This record gives sequence, structure tokens and C-alpha cells, in this order.
Amino acid sequence: MTTYDITIIGAGVVGTAIARALSRRDLSVALVDSADDVGEGTSKANTAILHTGFDAKPGTLESRLVSRGYALLSDYAAQTGIPLERTGAVLVAWTEEELGNLPGLRDRAIENGYDRCELLTAEEVYTAVPSLGPGALGGLAVPDESIICPWTPSIAYATEAVENGAALLLGREVCGIEVGPEETVVRTTAGDVHTRWLINAAGLGADVLDRELGYDRFTVTPRRGELLVFDKLASSMLDKIVLPVPSKLGKGVLVSPTVYGNIMLGPTAQDLDDKTATQTSESGFEFLLSKGERLMPQLFDEEVTTAYAGLRAAVDHGDYLIDADAAQRYVLVGGIRSTGLTSSMAIAEHVEDLLRDAGVALEPRAQVAEPPRMPMIGERFTRPYQREDLIAADPEYGRIVCFCERVTAGEIRDALTSTVPAVDRGGVSRRTRATNGRCQAFYCGAAVDSCIAAAREESR
Amino acid sequence: MTTTISADVAIIGGGPAGLTAAADLASRTRARVVVLEREQEAGGIPRHSDHLGYGIRDKRRFTTGPRYARRLVDEALAAGADLRTETMVTSWDGTDMLVTSPEGRARVEATAIVLATGARERPRPARMIPGSRPAGVLTTGELQNTVHLHHRTVGSRAVVVGGELVSWSAVMTLKEAGCRTEALVTSHAAPESYAVFNLGGRVMFRPRLVTGHRVVQVLGRRRVEGVEVEDIATGRREVLPCDTVVFTGDWIPDHELARSAGIALDRGTRGPLVDPLGRTGREGVFAAGNLVHPVDTADVAALGGQHVARSVARFLDGEPMPHVAPLRVVGDAPFAWVTPGLFHPRLPAPARSRLETWVTEFVRVPRVTVRQDGRVLTRRALPWPASPGRVFRVPWNVLDGADPNGGPIHLSL
Repeated sequence: MTTYDITIIGAGVVGTAIARALSRRDLSVALVDSADDVGEGTSKANTAILHTGFDAKPGTLESRLVSRGYALLSDYAAQTGIPLERTGAVLVAWTEEELGNLPGLRDRAIENGYDRCELLTAEEVYTAVPSLGPGALGGLAVPDESIICPWTPSIAYATEAVENGAALLLGREVCGIEVGPEETVVRTTAGDVHTRWLINAAGLGADVLDRELGYDRFTVTPRRGELLVFDKLASSMLDKIVLPVPSKLGKGVLVSPTVYGNIMLGPTAQDLDDKTATQTSESGFEFLLSKGERLMPQLFDEEVTTAYAGLRAAVDHGDYLIDADAAQRYVLVGGIRSTGLTSSMAIAEHVEDLLRDAGVALEPRAQVAEPPRMPMIGERFTRPYQREDLIAADPEYGRIVCFCERVTAGEIRDALTSTVPAVDRGGVSRRTRATNGRCQAFYCGAAVDSCIAAAREESR
Repeated sequence: MTTTISADVAIIGGGPAGLTAAADLASRTRARVVVLEREQEAGGIPRHSDHLGYGIRDKRRFTTGPRYARRLVDEALAAGADLRTETMVTSWDGTDMLVTSPEGRARVEATAIVLATGARERPRPARMIPGSRPAGVLTTGELQNTVHLHHRTVGSRAVVVGGELVSWSAVMTLKEAGCRTEALVTSHAAPESYAVFNLGGRVMFRPRLVTGHRVVQVLGRRRVEGVEVEDIATGRREVLPCDTVVFTGDWIPDHELARSAGIALDRGTRGPLVDPLGRTGREGVFAAGNLVHPVDTADVAALGGQHVARSVARFLDGEPMPHVAPLRVVGDAPFAWVTPGLFHPRLPAPARSRLETWVTEFVRVPRVTVRQDGRVLTRRALPWPASPGRVFRVPWNVLDGADPNGGPIHLSL
């Protein structure tokens, strides 16, 4: 029977980042999730922005970790090939009140250690974003806000963790925790996992898990965000993130380019009770239509390519809730909101600090794997179908299966046979973009399903 | 190193229009013709429409889609066209055209280009239908690819959304895949496809016809569990249980290449704006098939390809075309679109001497009115109904008498 040094529950972007960091130590690490893939919950459906943290609440842990995470993930993205573009953002004020709030936001950015914001006149706003709808009164430029692929980070972190020997235990729902004097037993639907330390990175389920450890300190409220993704033919309309001025109700609706070459509009913000309610809604669409028509009326000349909804793990607490309990050998990583993608690597660093303070030896592993090279799925980078050298070496990279997104048979094969392989269509699409395009699988869906079925046969 | 594909005519898309154009040009002229097809096999949509009804107008046959597709391929090859499958045009700015195939990257150099990229059905997100995103939500294209080309199954109980000709094609494919069509949902008062076929469809398959309804939500977590529909007149809603939902029809042309080359589009069809010769706004670039009329039957697309091939031949011969500034032909409601969108008395008639049009509501006894600058040119009663979901054909000569120096020509019903 194996007893892991560390077991992390939750293979989202935060859990995989922690697994990656700890796998580089001389420790045995397990990563458990109920889903069949990493990054399958909230992490797959966010707004895909790498935040500078300019508008965070100064002095909070979130402010510090977002700022640090921005730097860490920028570097890691460059090493691994996670699509990332420093597009910059413009906050647009539509009312006198919002306009009046802009200088305060700039000052807050400086308090957060970010001093590159600049106030813009209405004219400068329209120069920066010519397709913006009429009525903007002024703005604030945030030149370092960036767009990022929301899917590749979790997969890259998990890949590196597995290459360093971490056990990836997917498809196991946690049904109970028993803390003993020497070790903790995690009861799952596919057997027990024995561990010395337990890290709770369960996102939407973090509060429930926390109660298993005897706490009652926070409640996760799923806050649904619905988004519309517009056709790539709209991409010439916008090359920056357009943000609303934040209010008490959250960050509001933004319109942004995506690293896949689309334009995205959203999210809505609706508090729910059901932690599985990832469906889109009529009211959400109506709201986005009315917002979008004001923000960028031309957008609706193009087709909607897809729509999705994600559930942010909102908590009744103004900051991240990251806490170590040395007696139970337990770390809670809760209340990680939409900024979690940006801060993921800094959260992992912070968790390491907490473990070290609690007396866990964090010696570097004798040999660590190099950061993995991830498949390039960013539209503004060179993709396999464009690479003469790659196709000459392996003609499968010249065989385009998904026409809209130009995904080749070689990439789909790789996704199905990689270190952390795709097991279904969603997994293939997050690793390659196949079926994500404007035809939504009209042409390629059946071919992709056949590739998945063949890979399943092979692995049997 | 990037190689070059050099030809007199490059035809983009090896469906009925592209293959017929290729066969015609390669057999009747000395032009070197290359067809660039991105799929593994050429033939287009008929490859996976495994039922009868193909080849009637162009081949004087009554055959199945796959047989028809094979015949078009054989004829193009026999005529000497260079047919390249798994070859996709990945960029074109109007001059530089690049393709990717398993052989690598290549640059295409051609004197004339025929765009025959066809049309696709609007998938569920483009129709802005909310709900969950379970497995089992398809278009007819994906359904037929799955069943006929990949020999895989779908669910056991389907709801088909749409009442067009293609909707019945979906019903037939579902039956073959062992999936029962529980209901056919359409926002129109009656399913739109040919009455005789409609009757046949009803007798053969007996799905419940849910007319005057729209789909408001897809339900189900991992797999579809049902669709919620709303009676448009009363607002009453009900759930139709099913494990498969097929969104059919609601076509949009695959116009991406045309747009990347800056070719002007027709606001109605969303395909390139063409004159009766199939010429787009860019010299040497032609368009044919369902790219310009989304969508008509495969045989009509094929005949359109043949018509455009004749225009291309004249262009290659350097035969002077009349230098005219054509008039815009515009369809007013209930016309959704009218093509060709350009007319001039000195230009020849389009394929089959017909205006192809699409209407948004059913008109049992249509009377086409043609106006120019407020003046009525023609009022013509047509002996066939105008029905949404299939092309409504109008004789080209209703435009006779238009003043070449006047304003746009408007059609109404």
C-alpha cells in the first residue's frame, strides 16, 4: 500500500499548479479528481485573461498572488508554449460616475504595485478601440492585461507533475476523509488513497470538503458566468480587452479577443445554488445581447460560434482563503475566484511556504523533468498545419481534420497519446481546438469521434 | 520548401458544383484544371446523403447521394481534371493562395479561380439556443458523416429541428441508424419541404409534427435528455424527451475564403455577390453552387457549376465580355435573398435562366412584382408556391425591361 506524502484534491488549474510545484520536490504526490480530465470544472470556462491585478483590493493575499502569478505564468507560458498575448486592456467609462472613479482606480493600481495605467480621453478610447459603440466618456489603459489559453495551463502543469512521478488519479469522486494520527485516508469511488498531507483545492466543492475536516468557515456560492464567442471573421474588430469600470456587482461584462482568434463577450454574473448548473440561459443571452449591442454593435453582424457558462467559486469572504492546519496535516486553498488562473503558480508557491512553515521538508528532487512543450493552439503563433518541416517529417501534420480550426490528424493523435491524454471529445478540443470552430463539428465531429474510438481500442 | 500548384483554373471545393465545373472545363477546353478538396474524398454533401433523389436534373437519373458523388468524381477525372483531396486552402488574400496537404505546403497559381465551397447548417450555438451542452446535439452534416462515412451509431430517440428538405434527409439517416424520430419541430405553420415528399415522409416515418414552435432549451447533463419547445402563438412550453437532437437546415455559405480575399458579399445570401455569369467583384474569380444559393439541390448546384464553367472558358479565351455596370437585384420581404444579385440587359441569363430566391413565409399563390425606381416593370403570377426552407425559382425574364441606367431592381411578393 502506498502512502503519498501529499494528496491534492481537485485537478483544476490551482490543484495542478500545486501538484506541479510539489512534484519537483523529493515527495510523493497524488492528484485526485472526480472528472476524467484535468481542468474539467471551473477552470475550463473562465474569461481567459491573465490579470495584472491592477484592480485587486490592495493588501490582500489575492492582490499579492495575482501580481506574482502574472510574472510566473508569463515566464512559464513562454517556456511551454501556452498561448499568451499581451493585448492590453481599456477600461471604458460610460457614465459620469464611472468616469469619476477612474483616477481612483489608477491610484489603486499603483497601491497594487502596478504603475502603468493611463487615463484616456473619450477620443483616445476610440483611437484605441475604433469599433466601440457610441457614448464612451473616457477610459483607463492597462497595457499589460493579457489574454491566455485557459485550457493549456492545467494540462501543462499536470503533464510536468506526472513526468516528475506524481500519480494522477482521475475519475474518483471523494466520498469521505478520515484523519488519523500518522496518515489521512481519502475514501473515493475507486478506492482509498492514503496520504500524510491533504491539500483541498476542490474549487466549487472546497467548502464541503473543508467541513469533512471539522471546519465551518466558508460557503461556496456558484456564480454563473455565461459567455458568447463570436466568429473569427469578427477578429479584425478588436485587438484589446475592453473592460467595464468595476462596480459592487463584480467586474461586469467585457469584450475581448481570444487566443484562438475569436471575440468573446461576457460574463454574466448570477448566483445559484446548484454547483452543476453550467447551462446557458435565455435571460443570460438576452442580457449579453443588450450589453453587446451597446459595447460593440458590429459584433452581431457575425455569427455566434459558441456559448458556454462557467461557475465561479464565489465565497462570503473578501480574499483567498489559504490556510494550513499542521495538526491535521491539511491545507485549504479556497475562495479562489476568477483570478485563480493568473495566480495559480503563485498559489502553489504560497502553499509550499505554508508546508515548509509546518515542518514539511521540501528538498528538491534529484532529477526534475524539463517543463513540457505543449501543442501550439494559439491563432497568432505558428501552428502545425503551417509548418513545412513538421509535415515533411510526419505527413499527419498536413492532414487537416478540423477545417474551421485547422487541426491536423497528427495533433489529434498526439492529444490522445500524450502524458495526460484526452479521453473524450471535450478533452481533444481543449488540447487541439478540434470541433470548436464555426461549424461546431458539422464536418469533423464524426472523424474526431473515430480517432477517439480508435485510440480507445489501441489502449485496450 | 513551399512548392507550387500551377493551373489555368483552380476550383476550390470538390462538391457537385466544383466537380461539374471541372469536368466541363477539362473536357471542352484545353485548360489545365485543378480541384482543391479538403475532405478525404471529393463529392461534397451527397457522399453522405445515402438515399435516393440525386442526379435528376443534371444526369437524368434517380440515384443515391454516394453513387451520384462517385459519378461526378469519375467524370471529372475522366475529363482530365487534377483532383487533389486532403488539400485545404488555408489562406488567400486575393493574390497569394496557400494550401496544406499531407504533401506539405504549396502555393496555388491560377489564371481563374472558381469558388465552390458550398454551405453548412447553422449549428445550435449560432441559433442562440441556450441550455446544457450534452453529447447528442448534431447537425445533419455531422449525423450523416457519423452514420454513412464512419459507420457509427447515434442515440435511439431523436428530435429533428427544422422542416426543410434536409430535415427529411436527417429523418431517413436516423432511421437507418436505428434511431426513431420522435418529433419534427419547425417554427413555420407547416414543414417546408416539397408537399409530395412531406406526405411521403409522414407516411413512411410518422414523426410527430410540432409546427409553429421554437426550441428554447436543450436539456441533459452528459447526454441529451430532451428539448424544451415553445408554441410561438401561445407561449406554452413543453419538453420533448429524446437522447439526440438534430439541428437541420438554416444554411450559411462557407464564405470564409471569399471574405479573406475581400470579395464583396451579397447581404441576403451571405455568399459572394455574383452576376449572371457567376463573376464575383474580383477579376478572374467566379463563384458557383450553394456558396451563392444556400441551398438548392445538388443537381441545381451542379448545373450552376457547368454554367460558370462556360463563363470561365470565355474568360480564359480572352473573349470580350460586355463592359457594363450591372444593376443590383434586391429581394424585399418576404424574400430573404435573390441571386444573382446583379443584372444588365447586355449580360446573358444565369444558369437555367432562373433567379433563385428564398422566402421567409409561405405564399400559396405567389405573384412576383418587379419594381425599379418606384415603377412596376412586371407582375407575374407563378404556378408553384413559395415555401420557406427551399429555393423558390423565378424566371429570369421578369427582369426584362429594366432600365440599364436606372436604380436597383426590387422584387416583392
